[in-house]
Amino acid sequence: MTANGWFQIGLYLFVIFLVTKPLGVFMTRVFNREKTFLDPILRPVEKLVYRLSGIDEKREMRWTEYAVAMLLFSGVTMALLYLIERTQKWLPFNPQKLGNLEPGLAFGTAASFTTNTNWQAYSGESTMSYFTQMAGLAYHNFVSAAVGIVLSIVVIRGIARKETDKLGNFWVDTTRCLLWVLLPVCLVGSLILVSEGVVENFKPYTTVDLIQPYTTQVTGPDGKTTTQTVTQQVIAQGPVASQEVIKEFGTNGGGFFNANSAHPFENPTPFSNFFEMVLIFAIPSGLTYTLGWMTGSQRHGWAVWAAMAVLFFAGVTTAYWAEAKGNRLLAGTDQGASGLHSGGNMEGKEVRFGIVNSALFSTVTTDASCGAVNGIHDSFTPLGGMVPLINIMLGEVVFGGVGAGLYGIFVFVVLAVFIAGLMVGRTPEYLGKKIESHDVKMAMLAVLILTFTILVFSAIAVVKPYGTSSITNPGPHGLSQILYAYTSSTGNNGSAFAGLNVNTMWYNTTTAVAQLLGRFFMIIPIMAVAGNLAKKKIVPESAGTFPVTGGLFAGLLASTIVIVGALTFFPALSLGPILEHLLMNAGKAF
Amino acid sequence: MKKDLLIALWFTLVTTVMFGILYPLAITGLAQVLFPDRANGQLIERNRKVVGSRIIGQAFSGPGYFHSRPSSAGTGYDPTSSGGSNLGPTNKTLLDRVTADVQKAQAENPSTTVPIDLVTASASGLDPDISPASAEFQIPRIARERHVAESGVRALVARYTQPRQFRILGEPRVNVLQLNLALDSSNPLY
Repeated sequence: MTANGWFQIGLYLFVIFLVTKPLGVFMTRVFNREKTFLDPILRPVEKLVYRLSGIDEKREMRWTEYAVAMLLFSGVTMALLYLIERTQKWLPFNPQKLGNLEPGLAFGTAASFTTNTNWQAYSGESTMSYFTQMAGLAYHNFVSAAVGIVLSIVVIRGIARKETDKLGNFWVDTTRCLLWVLLPVCLVGSLILVSEGVVENFKPYTTVDLIQPYTTQVTGPDGKTTTQTVTQQVIAQGPVASQEVIKEFGTNGGGFFNANSAHPFENPTPFSNFFEMVLIFAIPSGLTYTLGWMTGSQRHGWAVWAAMAVLFFAGVTTAYWAEAKGNRLLAGTDQGASGLHSGGNMEGKEVRFGIVNSALFSTVTTDASCGAVNGIHDSFTPLGGMVPLINIMLGEVVFGGVGAGLYGIFVFVVLAVFIAGLMVGRTPEYLGKKIESHDVKMAMLAVLILTFTILVFSAIAVVKPYGTSSITNPGPHGLSQILYAYTSSTGNNGSAFAGLNVNTMWYNTTTAVAQLLGRFFMIIPIMAVAGNLAKKKIVPESAGTFPVTGGLFAGLLASTIVIVGALTFFPALSLGPILEHLLMNAGKAF
Repeated sequence: MKKDLLIALWFTLVTTVMFGILYPLAITGLAQVLFPDRANGQLIERNRKVVGSRIIGQAFSGPGYFHSRPSSAGTGYDPTSSGGSNLGPTNKTLLDRVTADVQKAQAENPSTTVPIDLVTASASGLDPDISPASAEFQIPRIARERHVAESGVRALVARYTQPRQFRILGEPRVNVLQLNLALDSSNPLY
């Protein structure tokens, strides 16, 4: 660990702190339909969208109608993506003449992009045409992010409004989110990325003549090994930057290329890497301010932010420490950090990022439900790889996915005030709303669905041959691989311990089911709470009200998250990464 | 519900045209005008032939060239099949591979520990860089093979070493392809 490394982490958190308020205020104005500086350009576009789609912008919806509209929209866009994937051979922008996807993969990918998971069982560069990438995948990056954000706005409205059953209009919120929040940043951001070297073109792949041809052993389909001389390199191209920016800003995480943000064409420089990490946390962090602003308690917004920042810092410290310490099983190597190299565990990491930016990126991408990776999580040290795993298990509420992080932390806020209420023996209140039995039950339901999906699928997979045969790293690491797959799917993260061979019937099906459960069965109970809260009266604050601002509340919230996560997952973790860590230090390999 | 379904269909169509088609086309147009070299992958030409991209690594293994890191992309540095090894830290396959590479490296530079990045596979399989330590490790071999003084090679390495971006971000690094191209023009192999 180096002073520069700590400085890079500190600088990152500082920049996130700086963008929180401006973005939070801006989003409040957008969703409250107040004036913004972009109105002269965007208002006509907005009206056009309403006219073409037949949307009545004055109408407000109850939570149930809002949920139905959201489900219908998700269903239609998912079907369209499936259709594009199945017909890309005949569609334009396909210079590599890539064929249609087979049904299983097309369905799994459609489910995965609709749920903002972006779990990928394919290599983008050899599977998806440019048309599928932009009109199918990049489009879903926009809309699944927008859906997440507007749902968090519904939750905030549920808290802020009183004695009403109206929570806004799904179509209006989504349109405004797309046009005001996502589009402007993506227009500027993609050009910033291109200026750093992210490619953006529609050219066929470039064939180059290698400076030094080399020979390699190739095993043919008949099992025979032949020697081949490689004289050329085919460089994959594409409209990458325009997708890269929304991939991070919408915490989607699905890479244009298989190597995701480790690929030099997706993430060419340390600055592009820093910028991408800022994009990932920007909206989730800004939403905490929106929460405070809309509910009239900015101090509550900052208390939530502080709880998140503490958990973030704990995670990144652990990952950085474990990765910098390296892998003692690799004898004869120099793993000490110096001015000439970053040392540490460099398997599955890029030199330009080194240890600190790989550890930081892995923490950021799993705190948020992003899932983009700039290093191979499967090759992290046991404890370094446990950090991303735990981050997702905690529900991705440390800033979290766009919107998903905020409605996720809302569950823990409800639990925290409930626990505090039990301790002082009063009906818990949250920002003037009584938290009653129905609300706590729904919050617990959301927690249990997450837990149940992860643990039950993993438990089946580790005892059945169709589960274990996909393991590629034997020993305790195999359990980690399976656990990570279901945690990532259920949490709609999309990063992976990617060695696990998930392109099988069992994994394709169960991970898709886990993604759908993790997305929609999390959303519905939370919307029910929001709908219920909106109907309630405001209870005036009294001396007995437990304050939801300040250090005490931030501490209670952080502890609630950690305790729920630890109680649920510690046994599984102790048999996976923790055991592997002990065995590695004892010099044992598998 | 029926009304919302109709809206969903039209809304999907309208937004797909806006965000799925017009947006990437607009960005591509702007990118091609503002940053044509970067938007097309920073291709390098030598003798009117495209020989690579400045930011995509190549599999150098000849003794007269600076070697790149091991790669798990296809048969090695294959940009149509990017990715890492996905081997876990306690996997014997990983340990065997590293041990073999360490022995190979130490044969040419005995009794020195090998900088870790030189014997570990990158995440993309296309890492264009090695650390300055890994370049330094290879200098004696290059000097021997190309019949030049080590100090000359070292000066060339220094010229192609990039510091941290803005002196703060990332890690110092040496671009292997550019370094080898420079070697070829200053000290050609016989």
